[in-house]
Amino acid sequence: MDYLLTFLPWLLAAVQALLYLALAPLLAGWLRRIKARLQNRRGPSLWQPYRDLYKLFGKEARVATTASPLFRAAPYIVFVATWLAAATVPLIAVDLPTAMVADIIVLAGLLALARFFLALAGMDIGTAFGGMGASREMLVSALAEPAMLMAVFTLAMTAHSTNLASMIDAQLAAGLVLRPSFLFALGALVLVAIAETGRIPVDNPATHLELTMIHEAMILEYSGRHLALMEWAAQIKLVLYGALIANVFFPWGIAQSTAPTALATGALVILLKLLALAVALAISETVLAKMRFFRAPALLNLALLLALLGLLGHVILEVGS
Amino acid sequence: MTLAELPLLQQLLLVLAALVLFTSFVLLEQARLVSAIHAFAWQGALIAAITVIVATGGGAKHLYFSALLTFMLKVLLIPWMLHRQVQRLDLERHTQALRRPALVIMAAVALVVFSYWLALPMVAQELTFTRNIVAVSLAIVLIGLLMMVFRPQAVLQVLGFMSMENGLFLAAVSTTQGMPLLVELGVAFDVLVAMVLFGVFFLQIRDSIESLDVDRLNRLTETVENER
Repeated sequence: MDYLLTFLPWLLAAVQALLYLALAPLLAGWLRRIKARLQNRRGPSLWQPYRDLYKLFGKEARVATTASPLFRAAPYIVFVATWLAAATVPLIAVDLPTAMVADIIVLAGLLALARFFLALAGMDIGTAFGGMGASREMLVSALAEPAMLMAVFTLAMTAHSTNLASMIDAQLAAGLVLRPSFLFALGALVLVAIAETGRIPVDNPATHLELTMIHEAMILEYSGRHLALMEWAAQIKLVLYGALIANVFFPWGIAQSTAPTALATGALVILLKLLALAVALAISETVLAKMRFFRAPALLNLALLLALLGLLGHVILEVGS
Repeated sequence: MTLAELPLLQQLLLVLAALVLFTSFVLLEQARLVSAIHAFAWQGALIAAITVIVATGGGAKHLYFSALLTFMLKVLLIPWMLHRQVQRLDLERHTQALRRPALVIMAAVALVVFSYWLALPMVAQELTFTRNIVAVSLAIVLIGLLMMVFRPQAVLQVLGFMSMENGLFLAAVSTTQGMPLLVELGVAFDVLVAMVLFGVFFLQIRDSIESLDVDRLNRLTETVENER
């Protein structure tokens, strides 16, 4: 019995990590469907991303003659780093054994690792598009990362920890408290998430127009299973940011024990939250136009300003005498 | 006393105060004149909301009246007047970005830190939580001043001036349950008169230098004549 009790949380953690893999294409399909509906199209079926991945895994991976081994290794590194980063974010339950590594700085580091290899792979072949995409990605992430860390520190100051699980626990224990710093941190984190996952005001995931693409430009040379892994990693990253925003700012409903009913509620609630976030994202993508690339730094400066105001707001307004 | 122990209304008050500070930053960085006027109107609306909340919590009845006054004046009348003036001066599509936005914003953030440092002894004296808003309102005053320094456009300078007044009003409401009604009426009337005078000045400046860029007032008339 004791054996089972120690084993069960680990099993749950593994299930949660696998859930990220399974949910990611569904969220992408749902997002595409909502966008299609908003544009008066019927849109593809919800399961289309799964079919795409299945098809790509079945195809032969063609690699350019100038490619180095790094080009072949990059999809695996990007995929595993992104997945590992996602596995640290609590999805349906908080107090899992993975909570020990669920530090938000580790998360930022793993995402940076994935991005680094993605940019290297983009430059590896030596085509103009890959290099351009890599340089743009690096510019965007160099501006987004300070904003993200600043927003995270704002949250950490309230929870007195950079551990995601203890942040969520602190938030749940405090109940409904209106904090100005959280409002600003939420704004900053949403802007960073949009920039980092390559959604519309910064990058358009549906285009292959050479002047505008960032993420697509870097993975242009990939085919077959390599492309499948890259696309899957991008979808996981979207779920990761969604789960991060949903669970850190609105953690209500997440399972705090390993009881079956709590877990079922947790799974249902996070699914609803993610679907709702995707609807909000689809609406904002339909309403907004993609901005010129050189306007993107202004957007990320706004994110940094919001994060900074959150930090100052915490110090000025929330720390009582 | 921590934030979580406060009643929900007081927490809302702090959130609104932080939002007022944010509108100050928006006002500072806004490139389009019309959007800047809208940002100013939002700031006024937030301050009116804060006044209402303080009135419901503190029981000072005349604050309802001053909230109404703020709403009529700062949200409806003054933005409407500015809007009409901008329309008359044909500046609706006028945009002017800050010359060094990142630097100016950093300066504004430094001002926020500075005003926090100034307000620190004041906050330490008292136990009321809303006293923390003093730092925010001081920062709003200083950012309005910064805006008047860095924005050469006359309409934006007026907006900076008006947002300074907003900051002072916020300080009065949050610390001492508002000024006496007579003083408040006087200030509101002054602001209104100032607005009318500014309108006349806009036209005068426009007539004499054919622009609302007040930096050009520094030059001699002859050079302006030559430039034409």
